[in-house]
Amino acid sequence: MPGEALSRVAGRACALRGDDIDTDRIIPARYLRCVTFDGLGEHAFADDRTQAKGDHPLDDPRFDGARILVVGHNFGCGSSREHAPQALLRRGFQAFVGGSFAEIFAGNCTALGLPCATLDDDARNALLDAIELDPSQEVVLDLEAGTVTSRAGTTPVTLAAGPRQQLLAGTWDATSVLLEAGDAIEGTAQTLPYVRGFRG
Amino acid sequence: MTSGKTLLDKVWDAHAVRELPSGQTQLFIGLHLIHEVTSPQAFAMLRELKLPVRFPERTFATVDHIIPTDTQARPLADSLAEEMLVALEQNTRAAGIKLFAPGEGQQGIVHVIGPELGLTQPGMTIACGDSHTSTHGAFGAVAFGIGTSQVRDVLATQCLAMARPKLRRIDVTGKLAAGVYAKDVILAIIRQLGVKGGVGFAYEYAGPVVDAMTIEERLTVCNMSIEGGARCGYVNPDETTIDYLHDREYAPRGDTWERAANHWRGMASDADARYDDRVELDGAALAPSVTWGINPGQSVGVDEKLPRLADAPRDAQPGLAEAFEYMGLRPGEPIAGTKIDVAFIGSCTNGRISDLREAARVARTGTVAPGVRTLVVPGSQAVARQAEDEGLPEVFRSAGFDWREAGCSMCLAMNPDKLVGREVSASSSNRNFKGRQGSPTGRTLLMSPAMVAAAALKGEVADVREVL
Ligand code: SF4
Repeated sequence: MPGEALSRVAGRACALRGDDIDTDRIIPARYLRCVTFDGLGEHAFADDRTQAKGDHPLDDPRFDGARILVVGHNFGCGSSREHAPQALLRRGFQAFVGGSFAEIFAGNCTALGLPCATLDDDARNALLDAIELDPSQEVVLDLEAGTVTSRAGTTPVTLAAGPRQQLLAGTWDATSVLLEAGDAIEGTAQTLPYVRGFRG
Repeated sequence: MTSGKTLLDKVWDAHAVRELPSGQTQLFIGLHLIHEVTSPQAFAMLRELKLPVRFPERTFATVDHIIPTDTQARPLADSLAEEMLVALEQNTRAAGIKLFAPGEGQQGIVHVIGPELGLTQPGMTIACGDSHTSTHGAFGAVAFGIGTSQVRDVLATQCLAMARPKLRRIDVTGKLAAGVYAKDVILAIIRQLGVKGGVGFAYEYAGPVVDAMTIEERLTVCNMSIEGGARCGYVNPDETTIDYLHDREYAPRGDTWERAANHWRGMASDADARYDDRVELDGAALAPSVTWGINPGQSVGVDEKLPRLADAPRDAQPGLAEAFEYMGLRPGEPIAGTKIDVAFIGSCTNGRISDLREAARVARTGTVAPGVRTLVVPGSQAVARQAEDEGLPEVFRSAGFDWREAGCSMCLAMNPDKLVGREVSASSSNRNFKGRQGSPTGRTLLMSPAMVAAAALKGEVADVREVL
């Protein structure tokens, strides 16, 4: 059951500027009234897109079919809803490149096999400019090398060591890894005073 | 000489099952809380994997996000909400997980009921598919929010793969002035350190102001750790913590009580423990805070003026301009006097009995301004009962406030309680994101419950210190 090993994501990229884009904006709460993640893709950024009246990167036909979303700082802050990366995944995104990511969002992405790579502001702005200038170009996120390549050149990116290892090894689906601990789980539990009811 | 250990170290080491090849720790989770929004998909994944729930007695469930606050009668009017509640009932029943169902008197917001039932205890690891799980850190627990895939992991293994965060100690010195609350302390911390200042860190809140706080006040502070980017925030357990837990339903009793209390005392950070970072905040200098923008770091004291773009660093200016435009506010103007349409008192940040008491104190001084819509939503059924015993619903009603049933309500507006159009809400909740309170263009001003009540009476942002 472990996930697939992932060493690179290549394809068109979509430029989404702005910092502190929270998960309420990525998927508004009213779309959380569901018991499956199916169909979330079409509601990604629903309210931002309505307010932008068609002038939102996700509605820009030049970015159709993009697999990499390039974002600003603190992307995915706020609510822990996994519905946010699920919606973006279901919209076709397979990797995120940005200034920085909120922690729970990044953890949720890893659990879905989606890398979150960060790069410095100058390189990020150059990448955003390049994508906007020519959205048809192929952008390559190379997890092994730790680089992103576009018409703007090849620049180093950072992936947190844990997730990088998990994605490269195909062990990002944590359940199977955690299950491997076997009885050690019960063993640890039994050392905890509160699990033993504070008896002895 | 080796230095002492922090609470984070002690809890982490005690719960570590093993180190993983990724460098993360496989961490045993002592208490798992679930609700209707982030759990159904996790149960579905578990069924697909044909895995049982490994420690059903360590998971507890409630329904809070989608529950209506006018009536909880079944079936719920919103068929999607009813479907989610039914899924939670079926999943918990099949797995043997305790559900605090609406009909049974212990339902409420997950972060309100965990503490009040005594489920939340010092020295535990606590996880919940909800970012405000940091709330439980008020007891000296290591508590953090997780996504749905991780809810699946906990159900299947009672463990999470986690990287140990760095630790920042935040000392709040001095003494708070009258009319300044825990909410103002955490808003000031986030204003100072920024909404992403805590990424990669856990926050340990300490110092004389925090020491003097009740558990409910500490819950408010820890609750909004995530708004500062810190996934987890805690206060070291002390006699306040232990007194609070005494006689709670799920707390140890009888001959195990003293043993538990001693164990908890020992979990606190050692005096010579080392921190990755330390920050100090002068509590005596704080005024009641109000957010004016679209993230919780954008706040000012009620007696201050809104920031000027020119005073901000250049790379922060586009964000500020976006916030001003969305909010329809002008740089350099005072925040006091900003007109409001809605007043919301409630949420896991400020929906506890002490919050309602403070708001009621203000409500006693007047009546709701014409045209202001109000919602007073207790955080749990237990809070509601306590409020009724104290006659608070009457106080609110006679001042013109609408008294409701327990739930998350307009904190995120997944139920019918929503802003309409560009309404401005004075809210005791935790997030002022665009569209957060149910209208895509709605606007939120975060503040303490007493400040919300003051705003409701005046119809505009007002300084609660002038009322009290
Ligand atoms: S009250 Fe608000 S923040 Fe708290 S759990 Fe409910 S929706 Fe989340």
